[in-house]
Amino acid sequence: MLFRRLSQFTTLCVLTTAALAQERAHAFVGARIEPVDAPVIERGTLLVRGGRIVALGPVADVKVPDDAERIDAAGRTIIPGLVCSHSHIGAVAGADGSGPIQPEVRALDAIDALDPGIQKAQAGGITTVNVMPGSGHLLSGQTVYLKLRDGRTVEDIAIKNADGSIAGGIKMANGTNPQKDPPFAGTRGKAAALMRAQLHRALDHKKKLDAAKDDPSKAPDRSLGLEALVEVLEGKRVVHHHTHRQDDIITVLRLQQEFGFRCVLHHVSEGWMVADQIAAAKVPCSVIVLDSPGGKLEALNLSLTTGAVLDRAGVLVGFHTDDGITDSRLFLRSGALAVRAGMERDKALQALTIANARMLDLQDRVGTLTPGKDADFVVLSGDPFSVYTRVLQTWVEGKKVFDLADPKDRLFANGGYGASEGQAMSMCCFGTEGGQ
Amino acid sequence: MILPLLVSFAAAMPQGETPVPVPVPAPAVPAVPAAASTGKTFVVLAETLVTMAGAPIPNGAVLVRDGKIEKVGPATEVAAGADVPVLRAKIVTPGLIDAHSTVGLSGSRNVPHDQDQVEKSAPIQPELRALDAFHPRDELVAWLRGFGITTVHTGHGPGALVSGQTMVVKTHGRSVEADVVVPLAMVAVTLGDGSRGREGKAPGTRAKSVAMLREHLQKAREYVAKRQKDPDTALDLAMETTGKVLAGEVPLLVTVHRAHDILAALRVAKEFGVKIVLDGAAEAYLVGPEILAAGCAVIPHPAMARTGGELKNGTMELAKLLHDAKVPFALQSGYESYVPKTRVVLWEAGVAVGRGLPADAALRALTIDAAKLLGIAARTGTLEVGKDADLAMFDGDPFEYTTHCVGTVIDGVQYVGAPR
Repeated sequence: MLFRRLSQFTTLCVLTTAALAQERAHAFVGARIEPVDAPVIERGTLLVRGGRIVALGPVADVKVPDDAERIDAAGRTIIPGLVCSHSHIGAVAGADGSGPIQPEVRALDAIDALDPGIQKAQAGGITTVNVMPGSGHLLSGQTVYLKLRDGRTVEDIAIKNADGSIAGGIKMANGTNPQKDPPFAGTRGKAAALMRAQLHRALDHKKKLDAAKDDPSKAPDRSLGLEALVEVLEGKRVVHHHTHRQDDIITVLRLQQEFGFRCVLHHVSEGWMVADQIAAAKVPCSVIVLDSPGGKLEALNLSLTTGAVLDRAGVLVGFHTDDGITDSRLFLRSGALAVRAGMERDKALQALTIANARMLDLQDRVGTLTPGKDADFVVLSGDPFSVYTRVLQTWVEGKKVFDLADPKDRLFANGGYGASEGQAMSMCCFGTEGGQ
Repeated sequence: MILPLLVSFAAAMPQGETPVPVPVPAPAVPAVPAAASTGKTFVVLAETLVTMAGAPIPNGAVLVRDGKIEKVGPATEVAAGADVPVLRAKIVTPGLIDAHSTVGLSGSRNVPHDQDQVEKSAPIQPELRALDAFHPRDELVAWLRGFGITTVHTGHGPGALVSGQTMVVKTHGRSVEADVVVPLAMVAVTLGDGSRGREGKAPGTRAKSVAMLREHLQKAREYVAKRQKDPDTALDLAMETTGKVLAGEVPLLVTVHRAHDILAALRVAKEFGVKIVLDGAAEAYLVGPEILAAGCAVIPHPAMARTGGELKNGTMELAKLLHDAKVPFALQSGYESYVPKTRVVLWEAGVAVGRGLPADAALRALTIDAAKLLGIAARTGTLEVGKDADLAMFDGDPFEYTTHCVGTVIDGVQYVGAPR
């Protein structure tokens, strides 16, 4: 992995963007392809070039260019790169203990791009991920959406918006996790009051900004925190809201309706109890799948059927790893257990891909195998929802970032001595391949 | 959704439990289990009957009477002419055995008053009995039962040098007296980081932990000798327990992960001639020859155990590696401090199988091998005449993610109707 990264880094230094665009196409021929937004192709070809999907279809229909690298994928299954809407990989940390609401804090500034959690996520077929600060605050900071390229720095892997800014949402939480001694909230009522007050401050700030328009002399003093919340009020930054108990879920919906922000409900252990209300609010759910209920009071009624129930009620459902709560290497298992509990197979696969992409506003770039979208995909040894299936390869933007046949990658995939060590990259940037 | 293949007669089912083909949201709290149906006679039919005592039997049957297995064999022989209720499933195995858990002690709510798996006022407390702490009606006991797990080795957990006793219990969820199989199974020891005392209290280092354990074993040795000589010597519950360890009646269950800590455990076991079972053993693959030479069994950490701290070198292949090295092992759900509050050993086995452990070895580890390791093979672990009627019923390959457990039978008591 290290040496491949080094060589890629060197390559990047030498090649121009134009040269990259002309890179060789890769054709995966003979695979069972599950595009997610289109019917399964039993014996198909996936053609990618320049980091994008160029074409896919039955083997007979897709012409493979003469210069393409042809990869025999017979017997393999290819699915879109998995999208995890809630993870804590990259050794992320957000707000500190000084207060309950810290919107100025960015996950971006904490992420270690060399954290082995990223390699493990690649080993699980995850290509896009929303990395969030924790749930010990009412608002623990700005989240960051990552594309799991092989990168050295967080900038290498961060997803950028059209305007060049780093893509991400904001993390909020209610229920017991952020309940602490002052200045934190001690009760649910206090928690909601603190958040409402903060959102009103943001509304006031927005009014002043709107009034000042292009005249900087009239603008209010800058506030990094309020500016982030103004983005929330303007719908540019999605609220990712940790919430478990049914009444806490309803409280989030109440706040969401009052202030009109865009919101995704996360975990929703008791979401099955209020599925119709969630559906009526048109708020998507990012559901955690755990091996048993309990472990905390709010999760006593956790059910494996939550995904199925919410889906049937008309809610957009995704799953997440919450890594390290569940292991990114086994993300497919979350979908499989949902199928076990009655969710339609197609919906479960969507819940690991395009549904999560929608929650991150990335549905035009990732989440399905569609020509024009990023060439993010996973090569599997078999059915996505079988315990016997292995992730063989993970590709991000047309580049292989994980290969089970590579002993170093295999170590991340299975575990073993050294599997949790960060990548030794210290010497790479001075033109020396020492360092390891 | 695969329709459960279970067919059961109303008469054979506990009241209020009917098959539900489509999952409906249900609170985690299960129905209170039915009273023991002693005297009941019924047949379990299986498309494939996996007895773990010989080859699987196609279209096999088990005849259950008075909580015991009366007949096992081809359905044509076992069930012929028997005018009794019938349960039916695609695959039937012996009831599964979780070789190490803390369920019933580490309660589902995870609040201080339901966490009874470790008591930190003193580092060495072998006198603490699992029997006095087990909460049979904790929801997680029923949760495990819903996946075909009929027997659990549970009790005091990791987190203190000697945290207390363990026991083997059936998962009926009635009372500990009614359900216990082995009241004192092992004595739980933790070495490495998990043994450290709180707030600067001893033991504070690895060497100190081992020194204190050796000192305790030495004192127990002296106590036993003194009691033999002078029966009026004041009874000491801790020493009585450790005396059983020294006598070879009860093994130490040593939770230990790093290779050098495993060696420390083996060193102490050899010095005092005590039996040990290694629990967790994340780096066992580094010290295979030493483990084999010591002849001890291993209960590897769950395949999906989080790979932080002392488990940072943990591998989902550990069970496979132990199997390949011919180290005796059984599988466990382990102890969890947060969510999920318990793992499901069947699912841990599934992931181990997905990572190379042969399916038949995994099934042995969940049944007969676990029974042997726990000393209960005379009662359970296989489907053989005379053994407890403990069965797990599935609608497909038990290890597959999407297969359901459609019913569990424990001592002839049926828990059916809510496929999981």
